[in-house]
Amino acid sequence: MLVTAVTVPPAAVRESQSDLKPPTARPINPMQYTNPTRVDESVYDDDVVRMFFGATVLWGVVGMLVGVVIALQLAWWPANLGLPWTTFGRLRPLHTNAVIFAFAGNICFAGIYYSMQRLLKTRMWNDMLSRLHFWGWQLIIVLAAVTLPLGMTQSKEYAELAWPIDVLITVVWVVFAVNFFGTLATRKVKHIYVAIWFYISFVITIAVLHIVNSLAIPATLFRSYPLYSGMTDALVQWWYGHNAVGFFLTTPFLGLMYYFLPRAAERPVYSYRLSIVHFWALVFLYIWTGPHHLLYSGLPDWAQTLGMIFSIMLLAPSWGGMLNGLLTLRGAWHRVRTDPVLKFFVVAVSFYGMSTFEGPMMAIRSVNGLAHFTNWVIGHVHSGALGWVGMMTFGTLYWLVPRLWKRELAYPNMATTHFWLATVGIVLYTVSMWAAGLMEGLIWRAVNDQGLLASPAFMDIVNRLDPFYWMRLAGGVLYLTGALMMSWNLIRTIATGRSEAQAPSAAAAVS
Amino acid sequence: MDQTHRSSDQKFHRRVLESKVGLFTIVTTLAISVGGIVEIVPMFTATAGPERPDWVAPYTPLEVAGRDIYIREGCYVCHSQWVRPMRAELLRYGEWSRAGEYRYDRPFLLGSRRIGPDIHRVGGKYPDAWHYEHMRDPRSTTPGSVMPLYPWLLERTIDAEDVAASVKALRRVGTPYSDQDVANVTAIIRRQADGIVLRLAEAGIQSEPDREIVALIAYLQRLGRDGRRAIEQGLTSPTEAAR
Repeated sequence: MLVTAVTVPPAAVRESQSDLKPPTARPINPMQYTNPTRVDESVYDDDVVRMFFGATVLWGVVGMLVGVVIALQLAWWPANLGLPWTTFGRLRPLHTNAVIFAFAGNICFAGIYYSMQRLLKTRMWNDMLSRLHFWGWQLIIVLAAVTLPLGMTQSKEYAELAWPIDVLITVVWVVFAVNFFGTLATRKVKHIYVAIWFYISFVITIAVLHIVNSLAIPATLFRSYPLYSGMTDALVQWWYGHNAVGFFLTTPFLGLMYYFLPRAAERPVYSYRLSIVHFWALVFLYIWTGPHHLLYSGLPDWAQTLGMIFSIMLLAPSWGGMLNGLLTLRGAWHRVRTDPVLKFFVVAVSFYGMSTFEGPMMAIRSVNGLAHFTNWVIGHVHSGALGWVGMMTFGTLYWLVPRLWKRELAYPNMATTHFWLATVGIVLYTVSMWAAGLMEGLIWRAVNDQGLLASPAFMDIVNRLDPFYWMRLAGGVLYLTGALMMSWNLIRTIATGRSEAQAPSAAAAVS
Repeated sequence: MDQTHRSSDQKFHRRVLESKVGLFTIVTTLAISVGGIVEIVPMFTATAGPERPDWVAPYTPLEVAGRDIYIREGCYVCHSQWVRPMRAELLRYGEWSRAGEYRYDRPFLLGSRRIGPDIHRVGGKYPDAWHYEHMRDPRSTTPGSVMPLYPWLLERTIDAEDVAASVKALRRVGTPYSDQDVANVTAIIRRQADGIVLRLAEAGIQSEPDREIVALIAYLQRLGRDGRRAIEQGLTSPTEAAR
């Protein structure tokens, strides 16, 4: 890890302070042009960043552990334990909520609070709101972890939480938004950097999605019925559901990419123009894509077709983001060999590209006819979740820890081992689920010479999935093992790592 | 900073949008609103939205209770209620699912994954006793199944007051229950539950009418029946039939 960069401004800032031409002789890219005035880091509120940092690690391990448990349940049903609160039907929503809102959510907030203050050269607007946001969000997570196993659910995917928790989410989100826009209003830098554009779309869109999709009439303290019914409810839910992917797992992470990847690589963002085009195209197109979850359903055909077409178009801005990320590494590729942070980022952005290619393909009506309802979808989701979201998160955590605690990473080699475990884990996971999904899709539809189903018994298919489920479980265990190693590494770094002041300068570029 | 190499649109973006957070936020909000408005709003208008047929009836109070149990246990995580209009699906499951069949589904339960088979046409497919045994031990009816055991459904009871609260809330969001339906929830539940208990007894299974399993059986046996009857009688709309 490169640890001396703590006190060194990013390459682009250095360039803007000097008369040097950038190495490519292109015009200075304004994307990373920030106020050259050096600001004393002590004005920033890094305590709240450290809190969200710790919550990310904790909930990440919990969420992945639940994932491993439910993967085992599919391979070996007695792992449901015969208890109401440990069955697959109750734990699977717990897994998705934990990894999306607790693991991914907390790193988004950690990254936003860290980068925003530095990009705007100002402290977060209100420390009290920052803390309310942190503790409110953790309370929501704890409530989710209690209510979901108890079966208190609204059943809408990624919007399962009972209505009182929905109200609490709204309140906490408003707290976050007020603090967020308050900070923007009191900024010391006139221009807002591309990462913050993505953060703005995150704050706004999640609020809109959450409120519209959660409108319901309560029946009891933990039960409610939605205002929409039938296919309308399905459409609203998948408008929400797919844009939870778009605006909770994509745009804030692209924001993190635009801040942390150039800083880790010490290279300016590749293209300013590309970032403008792909930002606006992405936020405009994403919101249309929900109906691809309802192809071949009772949803009106025109809406299904719109969902399909916009999903295919979404490939362009998605790859715009991927290319802008990967090409930012021009001139820094040699460092990918030695720096685990860059390793994580490169694989993350690559998986972003892969899953945003796969997604549009699966949204084509005929491909969807084969893939829908199968494990292929699970494989697709995890190439995005484990590959893009998870690897971005790990890279960001490893980059942040020396800077937040002024310590060298305790075990740099262990971070590299984590990287390889995670990468192999993702490959095992996605390959097994792709194979299982294709098999399911093909066997479900296979018809024999007489025009009858070739495998009329559903159980024939279920039992053939066992080897794939075990292989997926192995991939998940590898990924979790890597996350546990990271937790240990980070804890040791924070608790006992050598402080930088004491560290010999020769240790500057340990990898 | 050197501005000469940038085109005018980039200059506009940099000078105007990137320095005015309020404007940037408004434009972003507009950009993310268009798709949702275009796709969702027509669902509420009479002409462009899905059919609102009269051949589908609201769930009975006992079925509402069963549906809430179905949701609580996360059955929808592994079972879809959505037969797609494809040859193999018609052969495997029966008639494909019409939009109007979901008219009173709050929340919708189409599902997104088939770890087990689709169950939109399961109503009437098996006797009540089959469902009872299947919940007690899935492998007794389906060898090799990966479904968890649900023995507590055989013991736990439903509370008529609780079901009445659900029926009232559903009426508030638009399900056409009459005043009589709401007032007589307990009696309506009892009548339907007694029928199921009787059929279970005929199969040699002792149960009580207030058990959760009875409500769940009522719901499962209702699934897809209104639609199937309407399709058989040619009542679904010609536009749907032509698709």
